[in-house]
Amino acid sequence: MSATQEPAGRPPTLLVATRKGAWLFHADAGRQQWRVDGPHFLGHIINHLVLDPRDGRTLLAAAKTGHLGPTIFRSTDLGKTWQEAAQPPAFGPVANGLDARAVDHTFWLTQAHASEPDVWYAGTSPQGLFRSEDGGRTWAPFSCINDDLQYRKWFGTVQDGTPDGPKLHSIIVDPRDPRHLYFAMSGGGVHESLDGGKSFSPLVEGMEVVEGFDSSDVTFYDPHCVRLCPSNPDRLYQQNHCGIYRLDRPGHRWQRIGRNMPGEVGDIGFPMVVHPRNAQTLWVFPMDGSNVWPRVSPGGRPAVYASRDGGQSWQRQDTGLPASQAWWTVKRQAMTADANEVVGLYVGTSSGELWHSRDEGQSWQCLARHLPEIYAVEAVYPR
Amino acid sequence: MRVLIPSALHSYTGRAWVAAEGATVAAVLDDLDRQFPGIRFRMVDEQGQIRRHIRLFFRNEMLFDLAAPLPADGELCIVQALSGG
Repeated sequence: MSATQEPAGRPPTLLVATRKGAWLFHADAGRQQWRVDGPHFLGHIINHLVLDPRDGRTLLAAAKTGHLGPTIFRSTDLGKTWQEAAQPPAFGPVANGLDARAVDHTFWLTQAHASEPDVWYAGTSPQGLFRSEDGGRTWAPFSCINDDLQYRKWFGTVQDGTPDGPKLHSIIVDPRDPRHLYFAMSGGGVHESLDGGKSFSPLVEGMEVVEGFDSSDVTFYDPHCVRLCPSNPDRLYQQNHCGIYRLDRPGHRWQRIGRNMPGEVGDIGFPMVVHPRNAQTLWVFPMDGSNVWPRVSPGGRPAVYASRDGGQSWQRQDTGLPASQAWWTVKRQAMTADANEVVGLYVGTSSGELWHSRDEGQSWQCLARHLPEIYAVEAVYPR
Repeated sequence: MRVLIPSALHSYTGRAWVAAEGATVAAVLDDLDRQFPGIRFRMVDEQGQIRRHIRLFFRNEMLFDLAAPLPADGELCIVQALSGG
């Protein structure tokens, strides 16, 4: 989900999902002042909060608590009232002789193609793909992958996944073709369907795995975030556990464009942000992936890195950000761009700070402090 | 039977004690879900397992089996184990 199809010129709203609830921040026309609405679902773990750009009114929130099972909440009045999904994402009974699985949490929500109103996709932990055809009220397992013998192997074990569970994320719908889908898994690689999800196949050529793992096994590929460029749907960018990549279709080979990042910073991170109208421009938020993987800003000096030539060169953007002793992590859904004429960028941190830039990353201001750990930030344009 | 609902689920019931019927734990939970749609899935996963931090007690005995029989009267206490931070 992104703001990128929306017309520029209107003030954006930020949808902030955190470990202990959700907040909406409404901008004024200059993106100078922000009106806070929240908390919603205080105490709930909200992994993703999204707006349906097709109607500009419907919000979906992926929620659970420390004690209760996962669910989806839906609002058609921008969060004034919420209704729970009648059938949240849930796996089916045992199939193909495989172990039965239970959804721990819904991690990722993506609206389907503009020609398919009320259709949504959800990615879960452990890895599963789900679809709703009624605006998020009821969800059903989607496609063959959830109980496919080969995909089950590629899902790996819980130990292979991220610390709070392996995830299916980065569900992407080609804006030109509702049958052309991508998703990614941590771990388990990037996958593509050309037949509306009836079948998927891996798209990992050129990607690297951690030294010592078998690169012929899709299980060991760990894409952190994949984004499609709205201005050129044939171009994908990816932030991976092992570098930053670009893929230009119809090619099948990812190119590691992070090699040109400064050596002392490296090209490890979680989020990937693409420009809404220029496929040559992208932003990343590097983290320390050395030795024991601290997963914090390298050297305690947070910085965004921008490329305006498709990843051939990178520029550090840290004006306004703390110059030292800031040990953040920015998770894969917690960095985004709006669609204004001069693009605004937004970063939510593991320490509960929300930072924004009104000038495409050149300078940064703190928008909010003292929030819970931020899991996801979306810039949207309610109608 | 009377059923004690933990605070995390009061958003469904609006109160701590509710009435539900059923000859087994599963049947009582099904009746709760009929009255308060969605409440069962927050306590029991899609494979029929009681979720990790949910505990059920009847006459001070902890229940692990959804098929366990229950008499028509009495109090089923559903509580949440404290965890997290």
